Amino acid sequence: MSEFSVDGEPVRFVEGQTVAAALVATGRVAWRTTRTGRRPRGVFCGIGVCFDCLVAVDGVPGQRACLVPARAGMAVTTGEGDDD
Amino acid sequence: MTEPADLVVVGAGPAGMAAAVTALAGGLRVALVDSGTTVGGQFWRHPPEHARAAIPTDDLHHRLREHRALCGALSAGREAGRLDARLAHHVWSAVHEDGGFAVHAVDRRTPPRERTVVLRAPRLLVATGAYDRQLPFPGWDLPGVLTVGGLQALLKGGGVVAGSRVALGGTGPFLLPVAAALAARGAEVVAVCEAAHPGAWLRHPGALLRNPGKWAEGAGYAAALARHRVRVRPRTAIVAAEGDDRVTSVRIAALAADGSPRPGTERRAAVDAVGVGWGFVPQLDLLLPFGCRLTETADGNAVVAVDDGRRTSVPGLYAAGETCGVGGAALALAEGRLAAESVLADSGAASVLGPARRAGVRAAVARGRAFARALALAHPVPPAWSSWLTDETVVCRCEEVSAGTVRAARADDDARDHRQVKHLTRAGMGWCQGRMCGPAVHCLAAGEGAYTPAERLVATPLTLGALADLDDRPSAATDTGGTDKECS
Amino acid sequence: MALKVVIVGAGIVGTACAFHAASAGLDVTVVDRAPTGAGTTSRGEGNVLLSDKEPGPELVLARLSRTLWDEAGRELGAASLGLEPKGGLVVASDARGLAALGEFALRQQAAGVRAEPVDRVRDLEPHLAPGIPGGVHYPQDAQVEPVVAAVALLRAAVRRGARVHRGEVTGAVTGGAGRVTGVRTSAGAVLPADAVVNAAGTWGGEVGRRLGAPVAVHPRRGFVLVTEPLPPMVRHKVYSADYVAAVASRDAGLETSCVVEGTRGGTLLIGASRERVGFDSTMSTAVVAELAARACRLFPFLRDVHLLRAYRGFRPYCPDHLPVVGPDPRAPGVVHACGHEGAGIGLAPGTGALVTAHLLGRPWHGADPAAHTGLLPGRFLRSGGGSG
Repeated sequence: MSEFSVDGEPVRFVEGQTVAAALVATGRVAWRTTRTGRRPRGVFCGIGVCFDCLVAVDGVPGQRACLVPARAGMAVTTGEGDDD
Repeated sequence: MTEPADLVVVGAGPAGMAAAVTALAGGLRVALVDSGTTVGGQFWRHPPEHARAAIPTDDLHHRLREHRALCGALSAGREAGRLDARLAHHVWSAVHEDGGFAVHAVDRRTPPRERTVVLRAPRLLVATGAYDRQLPFPGWDLPGVLTVGGLQALLKGGGVVAGSRVALGGTGPFLLPVAAALAARGAEVVAVCEAAHPGAWLRHPGALLRNPGKWAEGAGYAAALARHRVRVRPRTAIVAAEGDDRVTSVRIAALAADGSPRPGTERRAAVDAVGVGWGFVPQLDLLLPFGCRLTETADGNAVVAVDDGRRTSVPGLYAAGETCGVGGAALALAEGRLAAESVLADSGAASVLGPARRAGVRAAVARGRAFARALALAHPVPPAWSSWLTDETVVCRCEEVSAGTVRAARADDDARDHRQVKHLTRAGMGWCQGRMCGPAVHCLAAGEGAYTPAERLVATPLTLGALADLDDRPSAATDTGGTDKECS
Repeated sequence: MALKVVIVGAGIVGTACAFHAASAGLDVTVVDRAPTGAGTTSRGEGNVLLSDKEPGPELVLARLSRTLWDEAGRELGAASLGLEPKGGLVVASDARGLAALGEFALRQQAAGVRAEPVDRVRDLEPHLAPGIPGGVHYPQDAQVEPVVAAVALLRAAVRRGARVHRGEVTGAVTGGAGRVTGVRTSAGAVLPADAVVNAAGTWGGEVGRRLGAPVAVHPRRGFVLVTEPLPPMVRHKVYSADYVAAVASRDAGLETSCVVEGTRGGTLLIGASRERVGFDSTMSTAVVAELAARACRLFPFLRDVHLLRAYRGFRPYCPDHLPVVGPDPRAPGVVHACGHEGAGIGLAPGTGALVTAHLLGRPWHGADPAAHTGLLPGRFLRSGGGSG
């Protein structure tokens, strides 16, 4: 098992999993907060269509967790899904 | 591959793989582009090659022999220098250029970096598949509620079971393999709510009888579900999901003939994950800007119109699989072959299949299309589905537009189509550009007719920086006033 | 009995005409084949600009229109129009550009426009690229949400007795001396009219022809980009001075300049290219990339911002780049209100009031036909024939 971090916390994953798969496998279902209603969101469509699972990867926002392969040492940060 | 391609295939699912392999067999040079990290599309979604030992998923797949054969042929094509396979490349636009096509992609092999790439060929084949069609219901935006396809993708792509107690709902045969796969991996599938009436098939027995393979497939799932004691409940629907920060229960109701919940039948089931899907929406984004002729299919979708060789109304542009109408993997494989045969014929190359086998594939496609039509008629979107919405139910997940707002726009104004509702309410203006809410908003606004998605000139988001660096852009200094596009 | 007016076109100009004409007590019917604001109105950024206008007939109409947008805002609620008096900031890329911009601003000031030279543009827009030598702040520039505003104007007109007819106008019915007495629709209906207003925007040339009063209105293609939603990063309508040149340009071919602005929804709009390619709706990746490049040069943070959407529309332009507003001498009863190019949103209420004044035969809400003779269709007829 390898590790990346989400908001500073370590997440163990199996090489080959996406960021979303690793988060779900470790019991996380929500990691984004909506802009208007401040509601929690996580993975919904799982195939890159709905954009509910947006995270920042190594400081770059707007990344779909369901598409980005997890990589050891990657720093994933969550938030509003915009520029934070 | 250094020589320019004869054909660009967008989408490496069953249709795109079959098309690419057939075109390669016919001697063409092919560029095959897909957003996934492996070929196979959604049907054959796999972990990346290097991870397959650590994440075994073969038991979740069907038709793997065909998959392996196609992969083998693609590898051979690559070794022969005639296949340019571009994985993790997201196509954001395809346009006419110099009598052929330019396919603009974003290379995302090393996220979060992205770089634009342009692939050119005289012919273009679009096999971009489909995604789950969604109907909103109270609580569908709670974490833990996924599309059926999302549950499946986590399983097949990452070996991850999204919950330990799962309810599935919607309509269509896709619910069954996902239920079986979840059960096989240890999840308790507490309910499979199929909105359709089991007797609906009896109205179209011919299509089923002509497709005996489908019987076997259905029987296989039935056996698997019986083994895990999973019950499919016909004429029921998940009408609400409940929970604070994540889903903890669903409400399930029996449906009347029009699809409205029958009073007094509601019951609650504790769950930690939900999967919903109401058939599929074909991914037409790359096709619509070309102005291809469209047609309607029995499932309520507008799809691209093709001739029996899968040629669209735009010369040099072909389509195969779900973009021509949702029909499943077997049909997509056959259509991919057929479309590639047309490409070969139109390029002046010899047929790979030969007349007899090509006629056979054509007949199989016709049978498959008839079956898809029967399937769509047996699994309709329930006419009264919107009766389970409250005014507060979120319809547009991105912009958080409620059903009440959409209904008010329709009542007050002449917002009788989803584009007009979008302008007035922002439903469909967010990140997903109406891909999730489009069919539902169409139902709420228009109430009839097939759903034609809004034209999306940008098929997938890309950063302005990557776009600004697009290499074949004419420089401003030389281009200003310098093009010969004078209005006549 | 009230004058019966049929307004062809339910875009921003047609609905503004309906709003003013119905407010004046005229008997108004609006006809359109498509939903309200579904044409060019839905394809623009919602510009209400004085900053880009040369002193002349268009600026006179723009100043009136700016006042009338505020008036409509007070009457209907600014939020119901999406009206935001955010102000514009025009920036120059070099010293030469800044000098030209300053000279342009002086002439505008003389014509009554508030234009305030700015040395430190980053005090107004902190995310602008460093090294911009200066610019001009135009506090009167504003923005509306075009479709929302068109719907609100039409709704207000309907409250004042206007009717809406969904259909396509195929021709005019004429009576004695060739005077219009009604219009025919594709459904075979005849809508009686004492006057017909051609507010068909980009399709105004064709509608004019059907009414026996052809005008030379041509389409000019423009792309606009829409980003992901962001927290507020851009406060004004910010554009580079070359936009002014592009708007007034008579050259063929592609012109892009850069306009960047925020919206209430959080997205940023980036416009706008202008190409004369007829009604060619083809996507142009080169144009879209050029817009992106220019926007990134103006606001470097945009390089990491995602483009979600691009749309294109066809802006209606006349050969002299001025709108055509007023009665057509060849077809008594026909009043034109089209050809506003990329300025139709901004010029709509002024046009609506001016058309109403023409119909009434007296000034209406500050619009005096005698002050806007430069927009009359007769200007195309002197040289013999206005069809194009």
